[in-house]
Amino acid sequence: MGLEAKLTQDGFLATKLDAILAWSRKSSVWPMPMGISCCAIEMMAAADPKYDIARFGSEVMRFTPRQCDLMLVAGTVTYKMSHVVRKIYDQMPDPKWVIAMGACTSTGGMYRSYPVVQGIDQFLPVDIYVAGCPPRPDNLLNALIQLQEKIGRTKARDFQNKPLPELNIIQNN
Amino acid sequence: MKEIILNRLSSAIPNVQLEFSEYKNELTLQIAKKDVVEVCKLLKNDTELKFIHCEDVTAIDWAKRKNRFTVVYHLFSLKNKFRLVVKADVDESDCNIDSVSSIWRAANWHEREVYDMYGINFNNHPDLRRMYMPEEFEHYPLRKDFPLLGIPGSLALPKK
Repeated sequence: MGLEAKLTQDGFLATKLDAILAWSRKSSVWPMPMGISCCAIEMMAAADPKYDIARFGSEVMRFTPRQCDLMLVAGTVTYKMSHVVRKIYDQMPDPKWVIAMGACTSTGGMYRSYPVVQGIDQFLPVDIYVAGCPPRPDNLLNALIQLQEKIGRTKARDFQNKPLPELNIIQNN
Repeated sequence: MKEIILNRLSSAIPNVQLEFSEYKNELTLQIAKKDVVEVCKLLKNDTELKFIHCEDVTAIDWAKRKNRFTVVYHLFSLKNKFRLVVKADVDESDCNIDSVSSIWRAANWHEREVYDMYGINFNNHPDLRRMYMPEEFEHYPLRKDFPLLGIPGSLALPKK
């Protein structure tokens, strides 16, 4: 992955560059707002001037997965929707993170019934779970701060030699 | 209103089975499933009745009764400001009923929903596909024998 691929040893230059990269990464986490149901309202509230997610560098909500680092899954994920969520996650460039916002997303919540996936960790690697139904915007900001700490601890080699995702390319003959 | 409906229907359709009941000022009309299209057509087109609004089509699963399902039509007459419930029994062994989507276009999606949730087939329906569940799903979720938490493995998840 670009510059990082050249830095395999833990020399002075490599570690300093790691720190700079991690700092810049964590300070501008661009979220993909996967607002599926009511948690999305609180997600929008987190972006308003009162809570102001821009203080943490995450105000750039991109509605295309190609420009995002973080997928904010906010809402009840049904089995039918799970394929869409996974497809959008697969389109995001590495490195990428996932926040499961709210009870429904984390565990199925009060929808303990047949169409709802009982926790998105069944098909996505989740980094942070946010409790609440729906969580208050402060709670989401807290999750973002924790994610920033997690990103700040990453090193370049964490992203090296990762196997490429399996691509389902449809060929037209 | 009940007398008008009774007169109109019994004079227009010979040998029609009509059974009225009333609960909390709401009139219910039980009919045989073979008469559904004829009765509904008359209810809509008759100049005095004019039940032009099909509010809902739904079904009841009685689980152990002989005629297991009841298909329920909620009709409203804007002219008379009168609400009528039409019911028709459907048995599990012969699980189909004629579609009324040619009479009320609104019934199209309602009937698709009933098909999706109860597995009742609607004859002559223009587009009888599943409404909510995936097309390859084999079960009918609102039947009484379907477990609340679903059948494990019956719905596919994406690969992790």
